[in-house]
Amino acid sequence: MAPLDDSAKKKPAEMMDVRGPDGDPLEIPKFACEAMRESEPYPAYPEHNLKLGFPGELIDNWQEVAIAKIGELAKKNRAFQVYLDACVKCGACTDKCHYFLGSGDPKNMPVARQDLLRSVYRRYYTFAGKYFPWLVGARDLTKEVLDEWYAYYHQCSQCRRCSVFCPYGIDTAEISMAAREIMDSIGLGQKYCNEIIGKVKDVGNNLGLQEKALAATLEGLEEDIEDDTGVSVRIPLDEKGADILLVTPSADFFAEPHIEGLIGYAKVFHQAGVSWTLSSYASEAANFGLFIGSYENMRDVSLRIRKAAEDLGVKRIIFGECGHAWRVAYSFLNTLAGPFDFLDQNYPIPQHILEFTWNEIQKGTLKLDKSRNDHIRLTYHDSCNVARASRMGDKPGGQFEIPRNVLKAVCNHYYDMDRDTIMESTVCCGGGGGLLTDEIMDLRVKGAGPRMKALKQVTDDFGVTHMAAICAICKTQFSKVMPKYGYGMDSILSVHQLVSNAIILDGQEDGEDAAPQGDAAAAEANQ
Amino acid sequence: MLSTLYAVLFYVATILLVTGLAVKIRQYARTPAPLKIPTTPAPTTRSGVFWRMFREVVFFESLFKSNKWIWLFGYMFHGAMLLVLLRHLRYFTQPVWWWVELIQPFGIYASFAMALGLLGLWARRFLVERIRYISNPSDHLMLALLLGIVLSGMNMKFLTPTDIISVKVFFLGLLRFQINELPDTPALLVHLGLVATLMIIFPISKLLHAPGVFFSPTRNQVDNPREKRHLAPWAAELEK
Repeated sequence: MAPLDDSAKKKPAEMMDVRGPDGDPLEIPKFACEAMRESEPYPAYPEHNLKLGFPGELIDNWQEVAIAKIGELAKKNRAFQVYLDACVKCGACTDKCHYFLGSGDPKNMPVARQDLLRSVYRRYYTFAGKYFPWLVGARDLTKEVLDEWYAYYHQCSQCRRCSVFCPYGIDTAEISMAAREIMDSIGLGQKYCNEIIGKVKDVGNNLGLQEKALAATLEGLEEDIEDDTGVSVRIPLDEKGADILLVTPSADFFAEPHIEGLIGYAKVFHQAGVSWTLSSYASEAANFGLFIGSYENMRDVSLRIRKAAEDLGVKRIIFGECGHAWRVAYSFLNTLAGPFDFLDQNYPIPQHILEFTWNEIQKGTLKLDKSRNDHIRLTYHDSCNVARASRMGDKPGGQFEIPRNVLKAVCNHYYDMDRDTIMESTVCCGGGGGLLTDEIMDLRVKGAGPRMKALKQVTDDFGVTHMAAICAICKTQFSKVMPKYGYGMDSILSVHQLVSNAIILDGQEDGEDAAPQGDAAAAEANQ
Repeated sequence: MLSTLYAVLFYVATILLVTGLAVKIRQYARTPAPLKIPTTPAPTTRSGVFWRMFREVVFFESLFKSNKWIWLFGYMFHGAMLLVLLRHLRYFTQPVWWWVELIQPFGIYASFAMALGLLGLWARRFLVERIRYISNPSDHLMLALLLGIVLSGMNMKFLTPTDIISVKVFFLGLLRFQINELPDTPALLVHLGLVATLMIIFPISKLLHAPGVFFSPTRNQVDNPREKRHLAPWAAELEK
């Protein structure tokens, strides 16, 4: 793994070659068998596992328990059962995974990844696999198989791109979540995810940022906004009786370009004239319970949001820019922590910040000066879980239109990337699904390859300089890997950062003194 | 003797097919989907989901988006198989329904498309590295089995005809629990033997994709989680 060079700010012309950012983003690579076999995230320490209700370390009868767990999950989750049975090995998914496209390792083809588990399911749960294992590729669950699971089920970002193209809708994310749950149940957890879920349970956010530190951070941000604009914009914390609870990824409190997005939300709320608050108890939108396929852990984290909403007496819940968080919020929150009959039923529960902002733009409450983003030629990366596992607005596909509508309302130069790499076909950033951890940086860089090639195309064709995203993971991932592909780490922007640049607050002078912020600040961050 | 053997074979195969499928369909129907996981953009109404499933099952929409070659061969095979199967209803009905008469000529020539589709799919298992990698012996055998059925059938239709009247009398008899004489043309015996094999392995093989597609949550769920609370029975227990 090459050391990270965060200070690299090279122009596209001087791009370094990893797989080469030029070319067709979806070009099928030559096979590189076992190329990614050694890519493994750190395993969790016993204390991380125990806190989530899993055995601390690999138990003695792990094989027996894991096999039983496969059967249990097949009874509890129809998707798992049907997807294990239905695959015909047609090959439609084989060229759809960004990790395969980036690495050439055939075990990163969705069907091959599924087969790592399906082969074991067949061995113990099907007639053919019990009596004719060689015929159907059934395998005993050995330590080697388990090790292979650990490596390759942590090379799936659960982005669901394969599920779009499967004739039966088989979603590899469902299989990899189940595989991780099985591994957790025998004491083989992944450090990054399990440690973080523990922090949420202890402190309320992924970072382990305590209430006092959070309050100080927000105060600092309020001062920054006032310095920049001359207007006092509040970022309230734990204010009882506020109308809106904003739940946002904790990266929005400290990382670039996330923090510029938070400033954007604050400015929008300020101009809209609504009362809102953050919660220190539920100071995290992301829900890593999703990544490890644990309904119970996902529920525990979601219930914190419900409790915060009840304690603060809010009427609405709005989520900040975060991809998998929006999946859990939009698709699962009502299931996990509902019913939310104590909230105002006239608004979607929960609502996305972009739904809110787009409404305000349509109502005309925001004064926007698009020319303040004229130094940016922009494209937009559809974050995978927003694109394929959620919706915004009333109509299917609102999750594609609303962010673009907002971007076009605040930016004069907007260009979409190759249609086969955006919207429902979007290629993942390469860091989603619990893989945003530095020991697997090689995988992350390779997984970002297709997106980087698609970006390079619009850079060449339209002079695109920046890419916006609405996911905390995408933003962190890109700020780390874009330098590997010859883009500056500040080439990735928050959508609400662009809103923030363009918005003119009441009482703010229109002049050049309030220059668009972000680029300079972005360069410093993301250690 | 031969007639009795084939009669028993078809009764057993039918029982295994019907009960096997019933057990699997019951299992799929009864297994809860704990979370809303439609692959979005997804329809927001039940009728929308109906149309999504219709396009998936009738046009193989997702496969078309994915890979035009697999779609072409797969669609050719499945479409032709449907015609051929419907044509075969003439051996189980007396008098033959008018619309079965109508499709008879198409059904006969569909066998060529069926064979071509299967050969195309099989060729891909050898020629395309990615598909070769994911193929197990059973994937090849399944294609061999289907192709064997098609070729033995075509052989009877175009080269060495069997006494088709007697075949029909045999199957009409089976429907009334009578065993009549089955001609001993080799192509017929091969054809029927392979068909019975296919029926038997249907519920214990990847042919479960046929019922499975209707139970796939990413395709059959309505995208309305904010409006309507979705809760699996086992998940409801957690709330107590």
